[in-house]
Amino acid sequence: MIVYLLCFILFLVGIYGILTKRDLIKIILSIGIMGYAANLMLILFAYRNNSIYPILSEGKAVSQMVDPLPQALVLTSIVIELGTTAMLVALALRLYEKYKTFDITKIRRLKG
Amino acid sequence: MPIEIWLIFILCVMIIASIAALEIKDILSSIIAIGVVGLGVSLSFLFLQAPDLAVVQFLFEIFALIILVRAFVKKEFHQHEETKNNLLISIVTIVVLGLLFLLSLPVFQNLPVFGQPLMTVSEYYLFHGALQTGAANLVAAIILDYRAYDTLGEVTVLFTAIIGTLSILKIRSKEKNRETSNE
Repeated sequence: MIVYLLCFILFLVGIYGILTKRDLIKIILSIGIMGYAANLMLILFAYRNNSIYPILSEGKAVSQMVDPLPQALVLTSIVIELGTTAMLVALALRLYEKYKTFDITKIRRLKG
Repeated sequence: MPIEIWLIFILCVMIIASIAALEIKDILSSIIAIGVVGLGVSLSFLFLQAPDLAVVQFLFEIFALIILVRAFVKKEFHQHEETKNNLLISIVTIVVLGLLFLLSLPVFQNLPVFGQPLMTVSEYYLFHGALQTGAANLVAAIILDYRAYDTLGEVTVLFTAIIGTLSILKIRSKEKNRETSNE
C-alpha cells in the first residue's frame, strides 16, 4: 500500500511540473516523469510475494511466477514513450528556431 | 531484507530526484536528475522480477538522455525570474494536488494488497503458454502471440511518432536551406 502511495506521489510531482513550469524543457521532463510513474505502478500491481521472473527453465515452478501480462503491456509502452519524447523534443526545437525561446508565456503568435 | 523496504527506498530517491530535476536552474543537471529517476525505475523493475523490462528501460533511459542532451544543452536557457504570481500559482497547485492525493486514498485501500495480485487471466497464460506457443519467455509469448494485434497497433503508433519527428525536422532543414540560399 505505501509503495502504491509513493508511486502516486511521483505521478503528482509530474503533474505539478506540467502545471507550474514555464519552460518547454521542464514540461517535457515532467511528461517523462508521469510516464515512469504509470509504468512502475502497473508493474507494482503484478508483483507476487516470493516469486520468480516469468521465464520457463528447469526447476522453476509455474505457480510461483509473477504476473506476465502487465509486463508485456508495459514493454511496448516504454518503447512508445521514447518515440513520443523524440517527437516532443523535435517540436520544441522547431518552436525554439521560430521564437528563440523556450518560455511558453512568450510564445504567443501561433501562426504558420 | 524484504523487497518492500528496498522499493520504498528507491521510490523516495526517485521522488527527490524528480523534484530536483524540476527545480534546478541548470538544464544539464536537470537532465541528469531525470536520468536518476529513469535508472531508479530500471532498478525497481529488477527487484520486481521483470528482467526484460529492466533492460528495455535502461536502453530507453540512455537514448532519452542522448536525445535531450543533444537537443537542449547548447541552447540559451530561459532564466526563471521569481515573481509573486509564480509563487501563488505554485501554492495553489500544491494545495489542489494535496487534496487530490487525500481524496484518492480510499481508492488505494480498495486495491489488492502489494504482493497478492489478482491473476485471473494470467493464470491461463502461465499454465498454457508453453504448450500453446512454445516460447520459454512468457512475456514474449504474450506480446507476440496472445496479444499480437495489440502489439501491431502499438508498433503503428511508434511508426507514426517517428514519421512525425522526421517530418518536423525535415521542414526545419528545408527552411534553413532556403535562408542560406537567399543570403
